[in-house]
Amino acid sequence: MSFPWANHYEPQNPLMKWVDEKLPLPRLVYNAVGAGYPVPRNLNYMYNFGVLAGFCLVLQIVTGVILAMHYAPNALVAFGSTEHIMRNVNWGWMLRYMHANGASFFFLVLYLHIFRGFYYGSYKAPREMIWLLGVVIFLLCMATAFMGYVLPWGQMSFWGAKVITGLFGAIPLVGEPLQIWLLGGYAPDNAALNRFFSLHFLLPFVIAGVVILHIWALHIPGSTNPTGVEVKKESDTVPFHPYYTAKDGFGLGVFLILYCLFVFFMPNALGHPDNYIEANPLSTPALIVPEWYFYPFYAILRAFTFDFILTAQLWGVLAMFSAILMWFFLPWLDRSPVRSASYRPLYRIFFWVLMVDMAALFYLGGAHAEEPYIMFSQLATAYYFLHFLVIVPIVSSIERPKPLPYSITEAVLGKDDDAQLGATVAAKA
Amino acid sequence: MADTTGTATPDMVAPETDATGDGVRRRDFINIAAVSAAGVGGIAVLYPLISQMAPSADVLAESTVEVDVSAIEPGQAIKAIFRKQPLFLRRLTDAEIAEADAVPLSDLRDPQSLEERTKAGQKAMLITMGVCTHLGCVPLGAAEGEARGEYGGYFCPCHGSHYDTAARIRKGPAPTNLLVPDYEFNADGTVVTVG
Repeated sequence: MSFPWANHYEPQNPLMKWVDEKLPLPRLVYNAVGAGYPVPRNLNYMYNFGVLAGFCLVLQIVTGVILAMHYAPNALVAFGSTEHIMRNVNWGWMLRYMHANGASFFFLVLYLHIFRGFYYGSYKAPREMIWLLGVVIFLLCMATAFMGYVLPWGQMSFWGAKVITGLFGAIPLVGEPLQIWLLGGYAPDNAALNRFFSLHFLLPFVIAGVVILHIWALHIPGSTNPTGVEVKKESDTVPFHPYYTAKDGFGLGVFLILYCLFVFFMPNALGHPDNYIEANPLSTPALIVPEWYFYPFYAILRAFTFDFILTAQLWGVLAMFSAILMWFFLPWLDRSPVRSASYRPLYRIFFWVLMVDMAALFYLGGAHAEEPYIMFSQLATAYYFLHFLVIVPIVSSIERPKPLPYSITEAVLGKDDDAQLGATVAAKA
Repeated sequence: MADTTGTATPDMVAPETDATGDGVRRRDFINIAAVSAAGVGGIAVLYPLISQMAPSADVLAESTVEVDVSAIEPGQAIKAIFRKQPLFLRRLTDAEIAEADAVPLSDLRDPQSLEERTKAGQKAMLITMGVCTHLGCVPLGAAEGEARGEYGGYFCPCHGSHYDTAARIRKGPAPTNLLVPDYEFNADGTVVTVG
């Protein structure tokens, strides 16, 4: 693991030497996020979001475990216990707002992390496994966030649970029994609430486990970088500590300012007022939408309005799941050997078009299900699939990339003495 | 190590160019300031995380209770609940008061006179927690027909602590007398507010 010029862990303190012999945990930290991990020297701020996502996971687990000390997962008292947290528990309001807005910021960071991957080709060989594990983490986060949103047992909680489990009900033949099995009843009630609470508590630790695999897989080839050129030698890298601990620390500070702005000054801006009304199985809220971070996929779900061989309902469900599952195939859909969009003039244009398309889907997912939003949703959905299934494969085969720098060193300093015709690092060694 | 390709490590930053007159490097100052601010912030965040486990507002709101004692006859006791624990309110008979007063304080494990354990003018009204000071069981003796121990007060069946008519520990493992909570009578002495 890591590059041959990585710094070696050599504890000076006798106690640290003693610990290192018995349990080399400080050594592991040193080699993973310390001075023993060489990282490309040219990472920009788009490379902060992995660390920020890790921070969000810890934040959600800490605040979540605390909320679970005061919350009661029983349909009779769940809504009341949420209000109890808001009104009675010391700092309960802050901890709940931290957790609710923490979910939003977690997804914000995840989306930027994923889009960074789209732009810099982070999913390409030899990093396919990192990407695949990342998509698994994203799916687990979506499941966790959805089940967490059900717990306050407000109107949006209840109807969210009904609609999302209804997605499984759309599957032919087994759908209806499957939905009843998922809910443990014919509609969301105590059984569903209890199992959602149990799973909402469990899944973050599963996510933490997959995150460890994600980082383990990352540390084999090391990070990609804005040039997409692989690390060749020591002058291409700097040690993670202090260089990227400082850079990530600065990013964390900016992140926390934004986060605190929401937690303390507009804690409900990203939520729905209807969720402060207790769940009522007899009345659906006027606008039933998920949290903002599910909007793009919700827009895709609602874009299918007509039957074609299969029912419109089933098409919507299939399209919504495919929209994410497709990411699993991205390393093989994009055949271009050039990673970074900085050197891919054609792909770069389509990347930004996709961003505009995603922005449209974000907007449309939160809009009412009426014209003209339905038509725009259909266009945006069509383009989304077109991008991954048609444009990316074609662009990668017809595009003429710009010349790549010889090395990261050359890209940063403008020259690299090793970059002579016919000369390679291997020949010099 | 004159490496123009720039394998920068912290030691290679030329210190002379960075240093101010008193030898403090700008970079060191920023580093210490940033890490200190983050450290103080991190410790400050611990306060709500710890405080949330303390009793919540609804628990604190139930921490006083009013009990009407006007209907308690001499020799009778009632139980109330104060902070989720039993509270014994007993109106002593003259014989019980005399019995309590007859004990020399030097004989007691936890020396306290009956006066000290009751309010002035309400010497017959003995109000104590119904929580044995040994390990927290509820002593017998408040309800009709229960064993009252060798000293005619309360008897804890868990480990055999005997309390006298002033609810003072006389025999058994309990270290102190049954606790007298803070309470006040209303103006005409019929209602007590405990807590």
